[in-house]
This record gives sequence, C-alpha cells and structure tokens, in this order.
Amino acid sequence: MKQRIIVVGNGMVGHKFIDGLLNSNAAADYEIVTFSEEPRLAYDRVKLSYYFAGSTVQDLMLTSETEYQARGVHYTLNDKVVSIDTASNQVTTASGRTESYDKLVLATGSYPFVPPVPGKDQPHCLVYRTIEDLEAITASASVSKVGVVVGGGLLGLEAANALKNLGLQTHVVEFAPRLMAVQLDEGGGQLLRRKIEALGVNVHTEKNTKEIVAGETCRYRMNFADGSFLETDLILFSAGIRPQDELARQCGLAVGERGGIVINNSCQTSVDNVYAIGECALWDNRIFGLVAPGYQMAKVAVAHITGGTDQFTGADMSTKLKLLGVDVASIGDAQGRTPGSQSYVFSDGVAEVYKRLIVSADGKKLLGAVLVGDVEAYGTLQQICVNHMDLPDAPEQLILPAVEGGGVTMGVDALPDTAQICSCYDVTKGAICCSVQNGVTTLSGLKDATKASTGCGGCAALVKQVMDSELVKLGVEVSNNICEHFAHTRQELADIVRVKKIRTFDELLDQHGKGLGCEICKPAVASILASYWNEYVLKPEHMGLQDTNDIFLGNMQKDGTYSIVPRIAGGEITPDKLIVLGEVAKEFNLYTKITGGQRIDLFGAQLHQLPTIWKKLIDAGFETGHAYGKSVRTVKSCVGSTWCRYGVLDSVGMAIAIENRYKGLRAPHKLKFAVSGCTRECAEAQSKDIGVIATENGWNLYVCGNGGMRPRHADLFATGLDDDTLIKYIDRVLMFYIRTADRLQRTSVWLENLEGGLAYLKKVVIEDKLGIAQDLEDEMTSNIANYQCEWKTTIEDPQKLKRFSHFINSAARDDNLAYVIERDQPRPATSEERALKIPLIELVEN
Amino acid sequence: MNTMTATAELIRESQSTTWTSVCEASDLIPDTGVCALVNKQQIAIFYSGRLNEYFAIGNYDPVGEANVLSRGILGSIGDHVVVASPLYKQHFNLRTGECLEKPEHAVPTYAVRIYDGRVQVHA
Ligand code: SRM
Ligand SMILES: Cc1cc2nc3c(=O)[nH]c(=O)nc-3n(C[C@H](O)[C@H](O)[C@H](O)COP(=O)(O)OP(=O)(O)OC[C@H]3O[C@@H](n4cnc5c(N)ncnc54)[C@H](O)[C@@H]3O)c2cc1C
Ligand code: SF4
Ligand code: FES
Repeated sequence: MKQRIIVVGNGMVGHKFIDGLLNSNAAADYEIVTFSEEPRLAYDRVKLSYYFAGSTVQDLMLTSETEYQARGVHYTLNDKVVSIDTASNQVTTASGRTESYDKLVLATGSYPFVPPVPGKDQPHCLVYRTIEDLEAITASASVSKVGVVVGGGLLGLEAANALKNLGLQTHVVEFAPRLMAVQLDEGGGQLLRRKIEALGVNVHTEKNTKEIVAGETCRYRMNFADGSFLETDLILFSAGIRPQDELARQCGLAVGERGGIVINNSCQTSVDNVYAIGECALWDNRIFGLVAPGYQMAKVAVAHITGGTDQFTGADMSTKLKLLGVDVASIGDAQGRTPGSQSYVFSDGVAEVYKRLIVSADGKKLLGAVLVGDVEAYGTLQQICVNHMDLPDAPEQLILPAVEGGGVTMGVDALPDTAQICSCYDVTKGAICCSVQNGVTTLSGLKDATKASTGCGGCAALVKQVMDSELVKLGVEVSNNICEHFAHTRQELADIVRVKKIRTFDELLDQHGKGLGCEICKPAVASILASYWNEYVLKPEHMGLQDTNDIFLGNMQKDGTYSIVPRIAGGEITPDKLIVLGEVAKEFNLYTKITGGQRIDLFGAQLHQLPTIWKKLIDAGFETGHAYGKSVRTVKSCVGSTWCRYGVLDSVGMAIAIENRYKGLRAPHKLKFAVSGCTRECAEAQSKDIGVIATENGWNLYVCGNGGMRPRHADLFATGLDDDTLIKYIDRVLMFYIRTADRLQRTSVWLENLEGGLAYLKKVVIEDKLGIAQDLEDEMTSNIANYQCEWKTTIEDPQKLKRFSHFINSAARDDNLAYVIERDQPRPATSEERALKIPLIELVEN
Repeated sequence: MNTMTATAELIRESQSTTWTSVCEASDLIPDTGVCALVNKQQIAIFYSGRLNEYFAIGNYDPVGEANVLSRGILGSIGDHVVVASPLYKQHFNLRTGECLEKPEHAVPTYAVRIYDGRVQVHA
C-alpha cells in the first residue's frame, strides 16, 4: 500500500519537495497529491521580474501539467486548503473536497505585508508576489504616470525597477533611515541611495505613511506622519513578507510569536507527520526569505520521510543582487553585530564603490561583508565566511582595488571539497570537480550535469573558477585556439592585429602561426583585418582569405550560382527601384523572392553575369546588401509614426539611419537590427542583435537577441534614449563585440559567455568602466569613414572583373547547370529530374 | 625507383607535348584558384604563394555535386595541402585528390607547370 503525501502549496519549495521525492529511490512507495491556490503549477518566483522584461509565463514555469501527469502527481489548481484535521489526518479545500494523508507537507510560502494604512484597499494599490500581481501592475501602469513603492528593502527596490521600466516616474518610500536596512550597513545603504537617485528614482527615507487619500495632480495623495506628502497614481506595497501560517494556526500547530510554523531539524512541525518547508517555516525562531534555504528544507523533508538522516541546520543568508542596475552584496553579519567584531572599510566616492569587511575580534575569521558598486569579491568572501576559513594576513587586500599584478585573492583551490558553491542547487566544489573529472569541460556542460548556476545565477563566476582550476589540475589545456594554425583565440588574434597594427594574413601567420592556414582561420583573420582597417576585401593580399561568398560578393547556391541582394535600407523602396529589380530579374531569368529581412533576393546568377547585373543595379542607385558577409545585414523597420496610428517615433527614419551608418561593418558574425515604432513591436526588434523600440520617452535599446537556430530574446539595455545617445551606445556595443567575440559567435552567445554578462556590458558601455568608450567610438567612426560599396569598386576595376567567368580560358558556361520551371520561375533541377532528363529550360544568354 | 614507375614517368613525359596553356601566371592571385576548360574537362588550378607551388585537380565537387572546387579556400591540414569546398567545406588533398573527410570520394589530379610565363596543365 502506497503512503499518501499531501503537499499544500505548489510554489518553488513545494515543487522542489515533490521533484525530490519522485527522484528518490523510494519514489514508488508514495502517492503524491498537491493543492495550489494559484491558477498554475510552480513557477520561478525569483525570476518574477523577468516577466516585465519579456519572459512569458511559459519561460518561468518550473514544471508543467503534462510533466506532473506523466510522473503520476495528482494536482488541483485554483483550490485552497482551508482546514486540516490532524486527528483524522484529513485536509479540506475551499471547493469542499476532503482528502486523507499519511504525511502532510505545508509549503504555503508567505504573503506580502501591507501596513494597515487607511486607504490601502483602493484600486491601484498593489503588491508584488504572483504573476497575477504583475499583470495587475502592468494594467495599472498603463493608465498611470507616477508610481510609489512602499518599502526600500530588497524586493521593494526590485519592484521600483519594474515601475521605472514600465515608464513611470518612480518613488521609493522607506520607514527606516536607509535602504535595505536588513542587509546593508549605514555606509552601504547611503551609497546605494545615491546611486539609485542618480538613476532617476526618488528615495524618501524615514517616512511613515499615515493615510492614502484622493490626490490633486495624481490619483492619490500619500500623507506621511511628518506632515509631508506625495502624489501618485499607483502604490505598490513591498514592506516585507509574512509567513503564510493561517492553516497551522487553525489546526493548532505551534507557531512563532511573530508568525511562522515551528519546525525541528527534520522539518517536522509540532505534529510528527506534518512537515513545513520554505518561507512558511520557522526554524530556530527564524524565517528564511530566500529560496535556497527552502530548497534545503525540501531536501531534508524528503530525506526524513524516506528514512534518510539529513538535517536542516540553518542557512547562509548572503545575497548578491543587482538592484536598479546597482550591484549589491551582503554576507553573514553585515551589520557587525557580533560582540568585539572589527571592520575594514573601503570607500571610493568617485567610483561609487563601498566595501566593508567585518572580522572577528582576533582578526582571523571573516564574519560578514557589505559590497556596493563592485561585488567582484563576493564569491571569495562568501566562501571564506561560510567555511570559516582563516583570513590572509592583510585581509583589507580582499577589498582593495586590484593593483598591477593583482591584490591578494584567495584562490578557489583553498576551498574544501565540501564548500557549497551553488546554494540554489546545493552543488559543492567536490561535485563540480567530479563532473570535470568525468569529462565536462564547458560551463554549459557543467550546468547540464550538476544544475549549478541554473538558479539565481549568482554563483556563475565562482563555478567557472572552480571548473577552470580543476581543468588545469587535470592537465587539460583549456584550448580555445581558433584552429591548428594559431595557438590563439579569435579575441587574442584581434588584439595582436590591433596592437601590432598587422595588416595582412601572411604577416600574422609568419609571426604567430604555422602551416598554410585554413578555411577557419583565414576568413576569421580577414574579418578582423576588415573590422580594424576596413580595406577593400578583394585586395590581392586579402582575396585568398575570403569565402567564395565574399570573393564574388554573393551567396553561393547549391549549384554553384550566386544570389544578388541589394541593400534596401529599412525595407523602404521606391516604385522606380522596384521596377528596376523586376526588369533585371526578368532580363537574366533570376528566381525572385522577398526575404525574411525585408528585402529582395534574386537567385541563380552565374559568375559572368554578376558584374553586368550589378552595374545595372548600381546605375539605378542600389548598393551591395552584404548578404554574403559576416557583416551588417538588414535593419528591419515597421512603418512607424509617419503612417501608423500608434507609432510614437519615426522608426523607418531611424532604421534607415542605422542601416546606413553600419552598412559594410565586418564583425565576428552577421548582425541584424530592427526598429519598431511602438511597443506593439511589429519589427520584432527583440529578436535582433540590436533592437530599438520607440516609447513616449525616447528609444529603448535591446541587445543580443537572436532568431535562427537557438532563438534568444534580446535584453533591455537602456531606456528613454535620445537619437545621439542611442547611436553612441550602439557604436560602443558593436565595437566591443567586434573586439572581444569569438569567431562566428553571434552577439547572443557572446553575451552569454561574457563574464559579468549584461551588467558588465552596461558598465563598459554606459559607465565606461574600462575607459575605452572613446576608443570604441573612434574605431567605429574610422570604420564608417572607410565604407565603400564593394560592388561599385569591383565593377570599376577591369582586373577584378577578369575573375567573373566560370572559366579562365573560355567563355563557355558551366554545363552542369539545369533548371525547371515551378510557379512560373526557374529553380535548380533535382538529381532525379536530371536523371530523367525531363525538359530542362534553356539558359538565357546575355 | 623501380623500373615500372620509371616507365610510367617516361610515358607521361612523352605525352607532355599535350600541355595546354590556360592563362597568364599573373592571372593566378596567390592562394586562390581559377577554373580552366581543357579537353571538355573542368580543371581547378591553384597557386600557393607560401609554397610557391601550383596544383591542379578536377573542379567537380563529388559531395556537393557542383563545379565549384576552384572557388574554395586553400590551406593545410597537418601535412596535407588542401582546398576546402566552398559548398560544404570538405577538404580535398591537392596532391592526391583524396577527400579527407570522405575517403570514398576523390577527384582527379593533373600535372601543372609554368612555361614561358603561362600556366599549363596536362590533361
Ligand atoms: C534569403 C534568406 C531567406 C529568405 O528567403 O527569406 C536567408 C537565406 C540564407 N540564410 Fe538566413 N536568410 C534570411 C533571413 C534569415 C533570418 C530572418 C531575419 O533576418 O529576419 C534569420 C533568423 C534571424 C537571425 O539570424 O537571428 C536567418 C538565420 C540564418 C542562420 C542562423 C543564424 C543563427 O544565429 O542561428 C544562418 C546560418 C548562419 O549564419 O550560420 C543563415 C544562413 C543563410 C544563408 C546565407 C545560408 C547559406 O550560406 O547559403 C542563406 C543564403 C542567402 C542567399 O543566398 O542570399 N540564416 N536568416 C533571408 C535573407 C534576409 C536578407 O534580406 O538578408
Ligand atoms: C519579486 C520577488 C523576487 C525574489 N527574488 C529572490 C531572489 O533573488 N533570491 C531568493 O533566494 N529569493 C527571492 N525571492 C523569494 C523566493 O521567491 C521565495 O523564497 C520562494 O518562492 C519561497 O518558496 P515557497 O515555496 O516557500 O513559497 P511560494 O513560492 O510563495 O509558494 C507558496 C505557494 O503556496 C500557495 N498556497 C499558500 N497557501 C495555500 C493553501 N492554503 N492552499 C493551497 N495553496 C496555498 C501559494 O499560493 C503559493 O503558490 C523573491 C520573491 C519575489 C516575490
Ligand atoms: S510597431 Fe507600432 S508603429 Fe510600428 S507598425 Fe506596429 S503599431 Fe505601428
Ligand atoms: S547560487 Fe543560485 S544558481 Fe547557483
């Protein structure tokens, strides 16, 4: 007979418990029943804010109904458990269902605390906890101009970021004298405030909201106890969480003085066969408002039920996050409350960095730390702290800016194997090393194998360090060499070319390579040379480096003919130009198609026809579209404000400007852009390398999207930009990509591999952290100045034109070409058609 | 050298009256190829600047099934001098005609020389 387990609440932790039980060896002994008050199964609440940045409910789901069905989990959505009878082991739901259990697991989470302020129950007074809450916020924001977040803690600031991104003028109102009072000390809180205010969010501390009444300029007015007031259209309460312990109280389980279901080290409540895990549980008089401790509890409860011995013994509450674009981290005893503790403080007012170490009275152990503005040391410090490792002799070195040669860093080698590297998935250093020993050599491989770094992502840098150090120990050369001819990565080659001002492949091969080169390194170096010096790609010394597509300035098709893609900037084209395209296509009998990139492709041109065709096109005002190059392709546009009734800015004008600015730019891989005239996003900008969307406040810039084989949503990079700033940021992002990406690495993959990710990219581009912004812009300017239409240059050079014939010694055609007519146009004959010798069409002679 | 091959060499030499000039040596840009039509055969001719050596193989790519090899990129894989097909990037050994990735495919090879400033092939 199977034991029946009922899990109340299918949030992050409830789901983790179910997943853990199903994965245990004893899974077959249990029947699992779960109830969710929400209309869906568990989703990733930690990433909830991504919903505003474009993630769908689907993206956030941690499981699915199909999965539960397949794994035999009985689930009921939209039904709340309203009572428990611990004597008869039964629960009853709001819909009136009664179910019996052998073991009951309470995973009811918590709810947002809304201070009892008169007027708090009006429309547009909202909270931030569920997907439904977010939908309500979006709806309200669309009819609001000003928004206030009540609460300047971690969640409050995340909510403020959301309001700001929704285009609201945003305020944060905090009761305490500083922001993030739980995690930060005075100095850290102050700097955070300065930084956030600089981003345009107004911070009001020591404000106690007395009442919410009707406003004059806005929907509401918030009156504060000190007599001041604030007008706003929307109020978001984020003043802390309260454990959802209603059920426990109702059935008489022990609860804490300030709430929370009391549990022991095995996660049992005061009734043996009832467990509580996650944010509803109170252990050692503490509530854990983070997901990692909840996951640990889930693991312990599974173990206890299935006969294991795991214990819950507290959890590290260190956090590292980005709030409104500001990096913040808090470790251990951040406030320095341990008696006798001492601290080291480093504060750089110019760079806006604040760091504090709290060390034990004897100076040997690290008790806690606060980092604002620069959290690079987080991984190391957190590990030193939780593993009670001895501090190095001059601990202040750990927070001082790295000097030439680097300050003292405690390498990951010093960590014990038991050190937990990823707290979300409880992955230890030992587990990572073990995976590496079993042959995993990449971060993505490691993610698949261990799940490390697939939760909040905060541990990514540390995970990579551990992996690399283990690889080195195993004697595995971490080879990112481009090919057998160069012992360098593309990035290194790019640096060499730039620094040594190398201008030809031969020079580079002589100085840094071996052999003759190949089809991998040659085009890659050609692209690097072109990115820096932008010389005509068919100069004799560059010619042999190019792919056939680049040599003949067209894409080779399956039968050896080429396609013709003139640039149609922004997709805008005059009727006259359309007619020319039609005439040329007709004259040369070319298959004609509108492409997915808003332009027109003519297929089936033979080598000897290319120059004649292009001459006609250039005479009619066309330019090459670089469809063959690893370079800027198209800038898709929507019709925008000039015609569309919803458009707020001229998207076509901007698309054309961008396309003309960057046309011809060679890069590690092709680049695709788009500009939409409003948030309806008809140009699909969020799937592009560079996406621009018009808003009432200016342009929103999205970066590093991708369609293709592995689609990736672009990340929101900056909002409300004017034309000049937009272009400036695009210049910098593109040049930084060109400088640092691997060969054939689209911007999407580049960003995913860029250490520090989007945040780092923003620092480099927006804050100019590396001090290279001007260089990047200058490189772009000089690149643009060297633009030429390669087809124009080519048809003007008789020497070049010699190559455009199938044979060097004969005017004959390639006799292997054969076509059939389909839907009134020619297409290459298939092998079967050739074998059957069905009537193939005559090739038109010109 | 044994007698058999010596004879073979001799025969090839004696037929060398059939060398066909196809273009000026200066038409061959270093490290690129051209295609010539000789006795109805399409022949891809390459000049490696680094090796200062000429190569000639069949132009038909048996994998991609098109006449394109002259438009591939020249290079080396280990000790082999190769051209990579522009269609699907298989490597063909310029000295033996063998396809490195798919040894079941090979292309013909031809003798090539510079004579009086002109590129000549023997096909
Ligand atoms: C012609 C066109 C299809 C069409 O009939 O619509 C096309 C055709 C080709 N695409 Fe594409 N792609 C075309 C739009 C797209 C789009 C849609 C778009 O740009 O809005 C995508 C997805 C968006 C993206 O790239 O993020 C797309 C994703 C790809 C990929 C996958 C890239 C990736 O990151 O996964 C490849 C392969 C590659 O580049 O390695 C590719 C490669 C190719 C190549 C170059 C393959 C080849 O080497 O022969 C095709 C030859 C083009 C030719 O002969 O002219 N094509 N291709 C489109 C030309 C647009 C243009 O005007 O330039
Ligand atoms: C915006 C936001 C950002 C966050 N960011 C982070 C972060 O960066 N890092 C981090 O560690 N944590 C973060 N958290 C906290 C994290 O989401 C929680 O720690 C985690 O979700 C707790 O999981 P849980 O299962 O205990 O509770 P929940 O995920 O809240 O799940 C409880 C579920 O039980 C349901 N329920 C309650 N009572 C009943 C009942 N009687 N019957 C049926 N169902 C019931 C609820 O509706 C809910 O679906 C964040 C939270 C929010 C809201
Ligand atoms: S994105 Fe906006 S402006 Fe552009 S066509 Fe769509 S609705 Fe119109
Ligand atoms: S710590 Fe959150 S993913 Fe590793």
